[in-house]
Formats: sequence, C-alpha cells, structure tokens
Amino acid sequence: MTRLGDFGRIAVIWLVTSTVGMVLVATVLAPHLPPGGASTEASGQRFDNEVLTLVSVPIVAMIVVYFGYVLIAFREREPSVLADGPPIRGHMRTQTIWIVVTTLTVLFLAAFGTYELLGGSGGGQGPNPAFVPAAQTTAAGVKREPLQVQVIGQQWQFTFRYPSFGGFETAQLVLPVDRQIELHVTSLDVIHSFWAYKLGVKADANPGVDNIAYVTPKHLGSFDLRCAELCGLFHGYMFDTGRVVSGADFAKWVAGQRAFMQPVLKYLPPFEHSYLPEPTIRGG
Amino acid sequence: MSATQTEAQPAGRPPLWRRLVGFNLLTAVLLGIGGYYLGWFAGHHIHAASLGFFADTDQNDVSLFLGYVLGVVGFLVGLGFANYPLSRLLGKPASLREKETEGVGRYFGLCTDHKVVGMQYFVGIGIFFFFAGLNAMLIRFELLRPEPNVWPAGNYLTLVGLHGTMMRGMMTSGILGPFANYLVPLMIGARRMAFPRIESLTFWLLMAAGVILTTTIFFGGFPTGWTGYQPLNDQAQAGMDSYIVFFALVGLSMMLLGLNMLATVITLRAPGLTWTRLPMFVWGVISTAVLMLLAAPVLIGVLSMAALDRTAQTSYFVASAGGSSYLFQNLFWVFGHPEVYILALPGFGIVLELLPVFARKPLWGYRLAVAGFLGVSLLSWTVWQHHIFVSGINSDLRPFYMLSTELISIPTGFTFLCAMGTLWRGRIRFTVPMLFCLGWVFNFLFGGLSGIFLSDVPSDVTSHGSFFSMAHFHYTIMGGLIFTFFAAIYYWLPKMTGLMLNELLGKVHFWMMFVAFNSTFAPLFALGFMGMPRRVVTYPSNLQALNVWVSASAFVLGLSMLVFLVNLVYSMLFARVPAPANPWGSKSLEFQLPSPVPVHNFDRIPVITGDPYGYGEDTTVIGAPALVPAGE
Repeated sequence: MTRLGDFGRIAVIWLVTSTVGMVLVATVLAPHLPPGGASTEASGQRFDNEVLTLVSVPIVAMIVVYFGYVLIAFREREPSVLADGPPIRGHMRTQTIWIVVTTLTVLFLAAFGTYELLGGSGGGQGPNPAFVPAAQTTAAGVKREPLQVQVIGQQWQFTFRYPSFGGFETAQLVLPVDRQIELHVTSLDVIHSFWAYKLGVKADANPGVDNIAYVTPKHLGSFDLRCAELCGLFHGYMFDTGRVVSGADFAKWVAGQRAFMQPVLKYLPPFEHSYLPEPTIRGG
Repeated sequence: MSATQTEAQPAGRPPLWRRLVGFNLLTAVLLGIGGYYLGWFAGHHIHAASLGFFADTDQNDVSLFLGYVLGVVGFLVGLGFANYPLSRLLGKPASLREKETEGVGRYFGLCTDHKVVGMQYFVGIGIFFFFAGLNAMLIRFELLRPEPNVWPAGNYLTLVGLHGTMMRGMMTSGILGPFANYLVPLMIGARRMAFPRIESLTFWLLMAAGVILTTTIFFGGFPTGWTGYQPLNDQAQAGMDSYIVFFALVGLSMMLLGLNMLATVITLRAPGLTWTRLPMFVWGVISTAVLMLLAAPVLIGVLSMAALDRTAQTSYFVASAGGSSYLFQNLFWVFGHPEVYILALPGFGIVLELLPVFARKPLWGYRLAVAGFLGVSLLSWTVWQHHIFVSGINSDLRPFYMLSTELISIPTGFTFLCAMGTLWRGRIRFTVPMLFCLGWVFNFLFGGLSGIFLSDVPSDVTSHGSFFSMAHFHYTIMGGLIFTFFAAIYYWLPKMTGLMLNELLGKVHFWMMFVAFNSTFAPLFALGFMGMPRRVVTYPSNLQALNVWVSASAFVLGLSMLVFLVNLVYSMLFARVPAPANPWGSKSLEFQLPSPVPVHNFDRIPVITGDPYGYGEDTTVIGAPALVPAGE
C-alpha cells in the first residue's frame, strides 16, 4: 500500500466506490426514477434522469472521497503549534486536465439533453413547437394526425375540450392509449401549469397563449394531474385524476359525453386555441 | 438613584430627552409614519372609475404606493440623508463625516463609518433572517398533515411568500452588507468606502423595505410567492403592493451597494495591492457587485411596470389588453438568475478565503479561482430562460439555454478544484469557521449536481415547479450562502467586536445545523421526484411520512439557529472573552489590525508586498509603511 501514495489511494477508493455506486444506480434505483414509463415522453424523461444520476455518481464519489481522505490524512496532529504546510500554489497540468474533463462532461450532457429533447419530451413548447415527435402511422402506413385535446386552466380547475368531437367541454380528462395526443394548454385568468406527473407532461397555461405539448400514453389506468404553478388562493386544491382507456372505451366515453354535453354546447364560445375576456377597464 | 446617575454622566453631556432630538432613528420613524399618512391621504383624493378599491382594508393601490414611497422619504429625511445635499445647495459647508465617534448612538442613525454600517447590517439583517426563518417553521407545521390543518389557504400562501421574498430580498445583502462593508476597506488598506453616505443609505433603505414587506399582513398578504408572477400579481389584493415596493427598494439598495463596492475596490486599494494580490473574498465581492449593479435595475424596471399596471391601469402584463405574462417572467428572471449568483458568489469567496488559513497553505490556483468567479458572473446573464422551459415560450432556443446553464458548472468547478488543491498536504485545523466551509463543499456539491437535472430540458419537465427544484435552490442558497454566512460570522466577528464566540457552542451549532439541514432538504428531492408541487397547502396522503420527517428535521434546523443565538448572546454579553488581534494566525491584512478595529482603521496606509496567502512562505502582506501621508 505504501507504494501507492496518497493520490493512488484516493484514485483506487474512488474507482471502487463509483463503480459500486453506478452499478447500484443502474440496477436498483433506475427502475424507480420518475416519472416511470406510462407514456413515451415519461420513459424519455426517466432515461434522462437515469443518465444524469449515473453521471453524478462518480462526481459525488470523487469529491466525497477526496475530501474525506484529505481531511483525515492531512489533519493537524499537533494543534497547539501553529505550523504551515508546503507552499504549493498550483499545478498547471492538474488544472488543464480538470478544465478539459469538466468541459467534455458538460458538452456531452448538453448534446445528450438536446438529442433527447428532439422527440418533444413532454414539455410545453408554445404555439409553434420546435421539437415535434415522429407522427404515428396506421397499419396501412397512412400518417395519423395526433388527437387534439385542449386543457383550459382557470382558478382553480382544469377543464378539457375535444375539438375533433364537436368541441364539447368537460371536467374529465380521458385519453386513448397508444395514440399520440397534442395537448393545447391555455388559461382563462392567471398562469397555471398542467402537470400530469405519470404521463411526463408539464406545460404552463398562460392567458391568451396556446401552449402545445405532446404525449403518447402507453398504459391503461388513472393518473394524477395537478397545477404546478402558483395560481392564487386554492392552488393547493387544484388537482384531479385523469384516465387512459382503450380506443374502444374512449369512443364510448366520447359518445356519452357528447350526448350529455350537447344541450350546453351552444352556450360555449366556439373552439379556439385561446380565449380572452373582453378588455374591461384598461386604458392600454 | 437618579442623582448618582446624573453624577456618573460626563460633564457637559445634555440630558436624555435633548439627545433624542435630532436626526436619528426616532425622528426617522416619526417622519416615516407622517409621510405614510400624507401619501395615504393624497392617494384617497385621487379618484378614477378604473381604480381598484379594496373595501376590506379601506385602501386603494394608489394610496398605498404613495404612502409607502412618502413614508420612505420621510424616514430617510429623519435619518439625515437630506442634510448634506441641502446644505450643499444652500452653499453652506457640509459635514463630510457623520457620527464617526465612539458610543452607542452612532448605531441608530446615518453613520459614515463603514465598520458601524457593517454592524448595523449584521443586526438588521439578522432580525429579518430570523423572522423569515420562523415563517419557514410555520410552513412546515402546515405540511405535517396532507389536508389543511393550521393555516387557511390564503395565510399559507402569504407565509410562503413572506419566507421566500424576505430571504431573497434581505439575504441578498447577507454577506455583502455586514462583511463586505466592514472588511473590504480593511482588506484593501483603505479608511473608508468610496461613497460612505450611499453605504449608509443602502442599509436604511433595506430596513425600510423589510418593514414595508412585513406590513403586507395588514393588507391581506400576497398570493404570488417570491416570484410575483403576472397576472396573478395584478389580480391580487392590496398586500401585493408591499411586495412590489419592498423588492424595488431592495433593488435600489442592492444597486447602490454594488456600485459602492466596485468604486471602492477600483479606486481605494493601498499601494502595492495589485489585482493579483487581492484577497479572494474581495474577488467574490467584485463579481457579486457587478451583478448587483447591472441586474437590480431590471428588477426595479419590471416592478415599476407592475406598479403601473396596478395603479394607472396600464396593461404591460394583461393579455386581454395586449400585454403579455411572458414579459414579466423574462424580465424577472433576467434579474432573477444573476440574483441567485449574487447569493452564491460571496460564499465562494469566503470558502476560498478561509481554506488557506485553516489548511495553513497558500491558495491553490489563484488565477483559476478568479477566472471561476468572473466566469460565473458572466455566464449568469445567459441562462435565465431555464426557469421557464415549460412556460410555452418559443422552444427553439431551448438547447442554447440548456448548454449555457450547464456551462456554468465549469467555472463553478474551478472553485471546487481550488478548494481541493488548497487542502492537499495541508495541516488542516477543524475550527468552527472551517467546519462551515467544509459544510459548504458538501452542500453545494449536491446543490450544483441537482441543478443539472433542472437544466436538462426533458428531465426538467419532471422536476420543474416541484419540491425537487425547491430542494435544489435550498441546497445552493441555504447550504451555500447561509453556511458561509455563519463561517464568516465565526471567523470575523471576533475582529468586528473584539470578543470571541464560544467554540463548543459553535461546534454544537455546526453539527446540529449540518445534520438537520441535510435531513430536511435531501428528502425534498425525493418528494419532488414523487410528484409534490411547490407552494401547496394540501398534498397526496402517501407523501405524509416523508413530509413529517422533513418537518421534524426542519424544527431541529430551527433549533440550531437558537443555539447560535444563545452563543451570540452568551459570548457577547456574559462571557466576554477578549479576542486576540489575530486569533486564527491569518496573514490577511484585516488581522494585522488591533481588535476591535480603531475608528480610522490605519494610522498609516500600508504598502502591500504580497497576497495574503503566503503560508509556509517567508513573506508578509505588509511591507514598510508608506511614506506618503495617509490622506482621505
């Protein structure tokens, strides 16, 4: 061990701890990382979280091992005497290596994040999304337009409109499985944020703005949706449950809702990508 | 009894009532209240059909804004800030120095001694820090149960807003206020700051702002949190006005503080103190001051627009009348992201300043460390849209903001590398300030790494607006700023007061705070990952166990602050152990002066012959005393 020296020992401990740590993260932690695999977008985010955690492990291990070792090995053993250490003022090669390694790591992370972003990533992208996921095709190879669903935030409730089915508005969010959904998020008053945690969707609802996010649900079941932007008094109560159902159940639900909502449809404003109250008392 | 007291007074000293008349805090408070009512009265006589009127508080926004502004003007006049410009206008000779004497009275008014201003900041900011911390405790009480149990929803939001706004606003000057004001002149061999009156003004503006923010509880509080997003800001009740006035005053104070620091360091350095000999703490101050000077005007501007929206019924941020809620978000974060580095950078400076002293080694990689500070300062201007990745703002710039945000970890890494190099083969002494600096290393490591999750766009979709991001910025700001704030207190307070702080209580404080801090905020990462949004009064019941754990840890964290308070009171009032001039064996310039520092700092302005990190080297920081007379 003596031949190894301080630096060698730190390197060995670091190699061991970061290898063990990375294996543990990849096998034990990774399957539990959010937001899970309920949609294509959620799987993508989970993969990003996994890669970032994996990259973090050797960094944490390096700092913790280095400081732990140095603080023990180089502690003052005779505190009563004020003695100085060796006057080392820097080391060009160490600095160069550090700069190169951190720069490469950062560039890798940025490139990785950009690559992962290309598929849309479930975040709200505004009215002109730059990162659109590949369109779905039917068995016959025909391009399938995504299903449009409008999410309307208002204090303190989300409502939903289905423009492809006559534009009825309902307080329930029901989505068909394996179908690409184009969510149009907007608000009637203040800023809200539509967060379907399990589906990996988060998009702010701004008044007068059509904020588009894509999601393709992969599993049947229910999911929580919450407001993730402080929107006033009852922000904490602005949550609900949505459902992902099979295509047949979705058609049935839509038919039921259409019939149920038909009498009030004429009172709704026609479907638009955003709704604004009339300017009231403003000068500008 | 009274006879003996009168005899004990030195001859010629006027009676107490006479000493209370003059330009001091008492006059200032009276004129401030007068000014408030003047503004209130005037505001009630402005009538327009469009003015919002809040019947429950008998206020309209105009009367509140006018009241606050005139109240601040009255307060400043009462302190004596108008005397100098007025006497110059009238052609009379004005006093260049205010209250630069001994005695307690100088702490309660406009004083141009930078050491007095430093102590004023320390106490003033300390009070608001504890108040804001108490709000955090009240928030954690509420979150003990998933359903609302202590506070109604509105009060809860006000608590959240008060905690965040007060911490952000007051602690922005948490290190530059007390420590830079006190120490920068001592470290650069000067007798004063470049603009001593402005220095005092920054402090009193901040105190006025703090009181104004606290008055929000009389006007219904405010629902927006510290970010004050529009259009909720525009919709909110009268309590919102105090948020706007508070942050604008803080911005003004911050801008002037930064300006003063820059001017001081640029112009008042002692002979021989070249840029490569400057202490790292001063570099931390400079990189912060640049951000303060340039970022704060944006904040003042955006809040002025918000104030006009609320009073003159303009529509900068009202979508239905042609405005945009994104305008506020963008302008706020153009200020807001530099702001978080304003909070972090002084901490970097303190860590690199203290590590050489307690490792007994020169600072490792001085130029790299300076490059790191300036790099963070520069890059912090290019990253603000990472706060609004999911807001629906134009999405094609997202890769750029992802890249620029991640680039910041390169200069931040320099600070870590220099800290690591400095400890290498050192003779490390585990004093209380050193422990707090090492705490910074650990906390900021996790704060920084969790930031990468938030800068990566797909990952940010999960974490944005959740407890994950809340844990992230508490790790960087509480784990970064507050830990170094306490390092600075334990390190420099003996110099500032001439009295040592108790070491045992200091160590108890550190370990309690360090363990409780991590036990409070580490689970918040998990809570965020499990889907808990910020600023909610209710949450899913499966998250209760973790929340109870967090609340319990937070209460211990609060108790650790009480340990510090006990230490402070015990050491300053009861134990009173005199501090040696140089208790840490530091080579830095401020420790070559007696404790406490005399009113005019240096008898002769020193000539600097090296940087203050020559441990193990045969150098001293001060050469022969300057032969030039030490002028003002």
